[in-house]
Amino acid sequence: MQITVNGEETELEGEQIKIPELLEKLDVDMPQQVSVELNGEVISRSNFDETSISDGDSVEFLYFMGGG
Amino acid sequence: MDFNEEQIERYSRHIILPDVGGEGQSKFLNAKILVVGAGGLGSPALFYLAAAGVGEIGIIDDDVVDLSNLQRQIVHFTGDVGRDKTASAAEKLRQLNPDVTFNLYQERLLPDSAQDFVEDYDFVLDGTDNFATKFLVNDACVLTGTPYSHAGILRFQGQAFTYLPDNACLRCIFPEPPDPDSVPSCRQAGVLGVVAGMLGTIQAAETLRFILDHGELLTNRLLMVDAKNMNFRRAEVNRNDNCPVCGKSPAITEPREVDYEEPVCEF
Repeated sequence: MQITVNGEETELEGEQIKIPELLEKLDVDMPQQVSVELNGEVISRSNFDETSISDGDSVEFLYFMGGG
Repeated sequence: MDFNEEQIERYSRHIILPDVGGEGQSKFLNAKILVVGAGGLGSPALFYLAAAGVGEIGIIDDDVVDLSNLQRQIVHFTGDVGRDKTASAAEKLRQLNPDVTFNLYQERLLPDSAQDFVEDYDFVLDGTDNFATKFLVNDACVLTGTPYSHAGILRFQGQAFTYLPDNACLRCIFPEPPDPDSVPSCRQAGVLGVVAGMLGTIQAAETLRFILDHGELLTNRLLMVDAKNMNFRRAEVNRNDNCPVCGKSPAITEPREVDYEEPVCEF
């Protein structure tokens, strides 16, 4: 399947993948802190386990920055 | 508003600009902007807002100038070490533009007074340096319907976002401040000084364009800047029904101390 990750086309094996597996597979920084947006909607952390990503989806990994 | 001769000359590059003009310059001179934090983001933002002739600028900060601030907090000079940041900033800005009135608050923005501060201004520029106060600014602005500009920086990266009432707020994207134990402190992580300048200047541009009501603001869009490769990218963000402050059944209806843990990100 082909998905868009942070604006870039990304090829992944399989037909779908759950968010925790995707975070691990893409070796996402600070997985405890990241906000995950799927097709423009922020996914609640409590729904990560049950949310599947499939072909054509767009995912953004967003981090809060606290410095100033 | 009638301009005097000096103002016509001082603001001539705005006045001849079709999308600003005399009308836009009058809007700047009549605007009332609160800058929270006179640090890395606040310094360049304050310079440009004062230079543009924003008529009334509030500056709130409880800190004093430290030698380690000077690498990025360009409104403060070496001789200012130990001085109150609000007084140090105002001294330079008054020299830059005597048209501007400054309201100085040498104190910390706190939950019980935050709403009173922000609702007294047309727009708030959040230049704070810690998670807790950034979420407090967000909540106070959302609860009072006050538009504001968010920015944050770390290492070579920064982000910016503009809140307008009835649009996505910071908590729509980041429901809670990160757990202090799971994030490297900024003091350890560091920041390239100029990144503060880049993001603070973007915040000033958002503020001036808000005053003008011109162009598209960073509303419902999170701008992410990476100065390592000069990559600028925007992610669309939407209002979140589960948002704890602006969602359908918000848990936060007033700023409470418990929602704003001790700052973990001071630097």
